[in-house]
Amino acid sequence: MASEAKRAHDAETAIKAPPGPLREFWHYFSENKGAVAGLLAVVIVLLAALFADVVAPHSPAQQYRDHFLEPPVWQEGGSWDFVLGTDAVGRDILSRIIHGSRYSLFIALIVVSLALTSGIALGLVAGFARGWTESMIMRAMDILLAVPSLLLAIVIVAILGPGLFNAVIAIAVTYLPQFTRLTRASVITETSKDYVTASRVTGAGLPRLMFLTVLPNCLAPLIVQASLAFSNAILDAAALGFLGLGAQPPAPEWGTMLADAREFVLRAWWVVTFPGLAILITVLALNLMGDGLRDALDPKLKRS
Amino acid sequence: MIRFVLTRLGVLIPTFVGVTIVAFALIRLVPGDPIELLVGERGISEERLAELRTRFGFDRPLPVQYLSFLGNVLQGDLGQSLVTRKPVVDEFLTLFPATLELGLCGLLFAVFLGIPAGVVAAVNRGSAFDHLLMGTSLTGFSMPIFWWGLLLIILFSGTLQWTPVSGRIDLLYFFPPVTGFMLIDSLLSGQEGAFTSAARHLILPTIVLGTIPLAVIARQTRSAMLEVLGEDYIRTARAKGLTPRRVIGLHALRNAMIPVITVIGLSASTLFSGAILTETIFSWPGIGKWLIDSVARRDYPSVQGGILLIASIVMLVNFGVDILYGLINPKIRRRT
Repeated sequence: MASEAKRAHDAETAIKAPPGPLREFWHYFSENKGAVAGLLAVVIVLLAALFADVVAPHSPAQQYRDHFLEPPVWQEGGSWDFVLGTDAVGRDILSRIIHGSRYSLFIALIVVSLALTSGIALGLVAGFARGWTESMIMRAMDILLAVPSLLLAIVIVAILGPGLFNAVIAIAVTYLPQFTRLTRASVITETSKDYVTASRVTGAGLPRLMFLTVLPNCLAPLIVQASLAFSNAILDAAALGFLGLGAQPPAPEWGTMLADAREFVLRAWWVVTFPGLAILITVLALNLMGDGLRDALDPKLKRS
Repeated sequence: MIRFVLTRLGVLIPTFVGVTIVAFALIRLVPGDPIELLVGERGISEERLAELRTRFGFDRPLPVQYLSFLGNVLQGDLGQSLVTRKPVVDEFLTLFPATLELGLCGLLFAVFLGIPAGVVAAVNRGSAFDHLLMGTSLTGFSMPIFWWGLLLIILFSGTLQWTPVSGRIDLLYFFPPVTGFMLIDSLLSGQEGAFTSAARHLILPTIVLGTIPLAVIARQTRSAMLEVLGEDYIRTARAKGLTPRRVIGLHALRNAMIPVITVIGLSASTLFSGAILTETIFSWPGIGKWLIDSVARRDYPSVQGGILLIASIVMLVNFGVDILYGLINPKIRRRT
């Protein structure tokens, strides 16, 4: 009898207890149907990238000499061997797209990690140091912002030389200002709050204040920005590849594939259409997911 | 207000100096000696190399070189192109109207479609049109525009044969450039069909360049309208018995336009990035294509001058938008 009452009591408190942060996050995130669809598509692309060797029907570099510019399966002349057709040197387009997802996701991951960590470091320094150091850092960011992002990336690639790795660095540099500015702004708002003063009074050192006290409270907008930067990085890397400054052929990077396909634009629509479609779907899915993340994480927009 | 302008200038000038330092550094950071680049691949004797180095001032200390570079820049001398041997400024000014024409058309396309679409979506929040517009604009926002351009070429130039694939006008027509804007020049030339030809060449590049700004403006208009429509003064206006058209068109739209105008004003940088890709796809003889070609030809003085000029234009446009914004909105003025 007593134990039953206790159980009922427990159940009641369990209901009243606030949901954990993950549960709460998922609650807000899953309310947005588009975000869930985006997440699903991103997971599919991720799986394709991870298991490209198993999923892809052919090797991305294998040239089938009897199958130049073969149309996709549903068109006359197409075959099930090459579902999305072949390119000008007889490579299977589907396999190249599947392998290309590795490039795009990898590039975006490195770009965002580089820009996010350097941006947070610079923003923390600017926000805590104030004065001259802050001015110098922020003016440097203004300079980067004054040059259109793609142009800046092109110039950096011109200095470093074309190639995948240099393109990654170039894009990361163009994303640096947004993270630095965002971190600095949040740091300045946070450091004026009482809990930071309290922590300072109890004798917390500068590194502790920076990384343990202030930084965790600045993360929500940074994560939202990072998700946006992730999809933009895929677009920018593809653009550089398209201009011949990113990944170099024969790499099956989506933008590079489009650059190769340009001359066949009026003869073989499939060579042009599918790599671009892969970019569009991936970027769209990431943006849908980013919207959901913003709804779930940004306290200013969160519904009460 | 004067204080506001001065503080803004106080930010603008160091940024400009910074950009000149970056441009100055560029030519020294690229692999290879600048003089060897200048003489090309034939190669010359050691003495001649040293002589040229002295003549162009590369033997002086870097700060001195920089100051003389800055002096030249302020006098409008950005050096010579390695390929054409013409002054970089002249090359830039010849090609700039083409980019400006394309950019303005793209922006107008985005504004005239984006603002009405955003307003209609906000007023009918949750309707089928609203969902459709939000879906379309997110797709537009995620669009790799270089691919979008190729798709449009396949459909309109390939299958339907409605529009030309590249260039600014048919080779049939020739007239001296007066304004540099093909639409105006073709009218001035009085040649029959010239204007139609120029307009047909402009359609696809305009759509391609305008797509991302269109998506951004539609989304921004919608969210700004939604915010304003929830304000008390809108309820007051409705309660007074004003017609919905008057409430939306006069009271709401005017206030919702402030953030939208900021987005439009600050899009100069985005448009330049887009122009590089658009001009490459459509062989549009503008600044974007010229810069890409210059990078490919290792014509670094052109790249250097081009960056400096484009960054200056972007900074000046942003500065102008800032000042205008301060004029319209006193709150901004006082904050700084």
